Amino acid sequence: MIKKIFAVISALTMVSISASPLALAAEKEKDYSHLKGTEINVYNWGEYIADGSDGIMDVNKEFEKEYGIKINYTTFDSNENMYNKLKGGGANYDIVIPSDYMIERMIDEDMLVKLNFDNIPNYVNIMDKYKNLYFDPNNEYSVPYNVGMVGLVYNTKMVDEVPDSWSIMWDEKYAGQILMFNNPRDAFGLAQALLGIDFNTDDTEQWHKAYDKLKEQKKVVKSYVMDDVFIKMEGGDAAIAAYYAGDCLCMIENNPDLAFVYPKEGTNIFVDSVCIPKSCQNKEAAELYINFLLREDVALANAEFLYYATPNQAVLDNPEYSLRDEKVLYPDEEDMPKTQYFHNLPPETLALMTSLWDNLKIEGSKDTGMYIGLISFATVCTAYGVFHFIRKKKREKMYY
Amino acid sequence: MNKKNSLMQKLCAAPHIVWSVIFIVVPLAMVVYYALTDNNGNFSTVNIERLGDYTTTFLRSIWLGIIATVICLVIAYPLAYIISQSKLRVQSTMVMLIMIPMWMNFLLRTYSWMALLEDSGVINTLLGYIGIGPFKMINTQGAVVLGMVYNFLPFMVLPIYSVMVKLDKNLVEAAQDLGANKINVFSKVIFPSTLSGVVSGITMVFVPSVSTFYISQKLGGGNVVLIGDIIEMQFQVSNNFHFGAALSLVLMILILICMAVMNKFGDPEADEAAGGVIL
Repeated sequence: MIKKIFAVISALTMVSISASPLALAAEKEKDYSHLKGTEINVYNWGEYIADGSDGIMDVNKEFEKEYGIKINYTTFDSNENMYNKLKGGGANYDIVIPSDYMIERMIDEDMLVKLNFDNIPNYVNIMDKYKNLYFDPNNEYSVPYNVGMVGLVYNTKMVDEVPDSWSIMWDEKYAGQILMFNNPRDAFGLAQALLGIDFNTDDTEQWHKAYDKLKEQKKVVKSYVMDDVFIKMEGGDAAIAAYYAGDCLCMIENNPDLAFVYPKEGTNIFVDSVCIPKSCQNKEAAELYINFLLREDVALANAEFLYYATPNQAVLDNPEYSLRDEKVLYPDEEDMPKTQYFHNLPPETLALMTSLWDNLKIEGSKDTGMYIGLISFATVCTAYGVFHFIRKKKREKMYY
Repeated sequence: MNKKNSLMQKLCAAPHIVWSVIFIVVPLAMVVYYALTDNNGNFSTVNIERLGDYTTTFLRSIWLGIIATVICLVIAYPLAYIISQSKLRVQSTMVMLIMIPMWMNFLLRTYSWMALLEDSGVINTLLGYIGIGPFKMINTQGAVVLGMVYNFLPFMVLPIYSVMVKLDKNLVEAAQDLGANKINVFSKVIFPSTLSGVVSGITMVFVPSVSTFYISQKLGGGNVVLIGDIIEMQFQVSNNFHFGAALSLVLMILILICMAVMNKFGDPEADEAAGGVIL
């Protein structure tokens, strides 16, 4: 009860702060006309911003219209890709939106600049539980953009029971109907969750244990996929898959036979946050952009479009927000699964994980046919070569 | 006069040479450098030593590449012959028909095959209507080979076709006049004179087939892992540029060896033509 009262009070304070005339006035007073005509380079995940389709606001266009600042928008498809590009120094970006563990690494390697929160008054909209997260403990470098968790999506027509554990992804009853992550971190995460191992352990033995678990699973897995999970689950080609909650909601919308559950063993939670990299050329405009992303109407557009959980309290309190009662995104306190963040792994552990992953993918295929084929091919080639050689010699003899 | 000419020639060749140096020689040198160093830039053979674990994957890539190439050849050779023998208008239409699929994005075409081959995909649904199946087609080596053949077939047809249209009909007639039967005309005249097209076709199909990663990822569903997948992963996921470079280096050497062996089969004339393609 006390907890509830506290929650109400804190929610009320949040609302009052965000709506306070003072904050609004401060925003209005600031003059950004000197930034008109400048540019910012934004580097974000693919399909990770409302782009004007579905009748929702085109966020980037709106920003350009409002402030006259041009946005050069490019996308990446993995944290590692983005990191490599920034590290290579080939391109200048003013805004990047990586995930938690990558932000930790980038802060470690001094690749980000501290934000000036005076220019980001809308930061008050961010929920307290998404402030001071482990990767940015003093909240100097990043502003949360989206929150997500990994869960289990399944086809109710193909699965009779209501699964409550990751172990269903190991169940031989569903052999050939299970889709697994095709990236090592998430795949190992599932095995670790099932085994009760810390996601971020640096104990070699523990990683081998998780590897054995994944190896055991291989024979029941239909395929290892990332984005293809949409087409396969929606088309009814697979019964069970693990994927990110927001994306699973998307699938359920397209195929009502699908259902979603958070397994009891717990799962991975991730926060993608907006940061400014060292290569930034136009920091004031970049901060203006971050502030813009946090504004209630803009964040609402993104939340509606992306189906990810928003860290923005103002959006969650907005009655217009159609997903605010969606339990998949915002589970009740008592239904909240155990969650754990991914941390940046030390290089040795990372190398171990990827080499185990390589092994997992390679091992176990039946190659007898291939060896027979290769050997017979080589034999045929040699035989032909010898034959050719003898015939040539014979002909040469004939001519002379 | 001569001197001026050669200066002119040099000037004309300069852009190409600069291009080759920047985009071929330098990257190759970088691959070698990365393959033979560790994270601190010191000389190391660690990456090369690790390669042994991936022997099966290398062999599988080469094996599937060979199958795809042979199938392409078997389909493409008669096809190219038929096209080259038809009327000029029909010829250009048929070449068009082979080219048009190539205008569509390669990734998109592979992706569509995924929808076709799926357990409840288009093909299995149609077969279901007449009471056959469903067959397991996706996530098999067969599906990967199919993807390779489908995507790279034009690269086999076009070089063979372009050699065939240049084939001197008088040679064929002369052979017939001298009493050669159909088999002899083919094996003694037509095939040897189109061999250069065959060799360059094989090169253009075999090399991308061996090193592909997208096709095996989409149609193999992560169950058929080729060396391209492993290389891709070193760069995209594990950030291990050095090992990725070592894998690429060995792959390049293996392909070079395969090509050299193959060139031995052609006659001396074809050898030169093919050599030009690879080296």
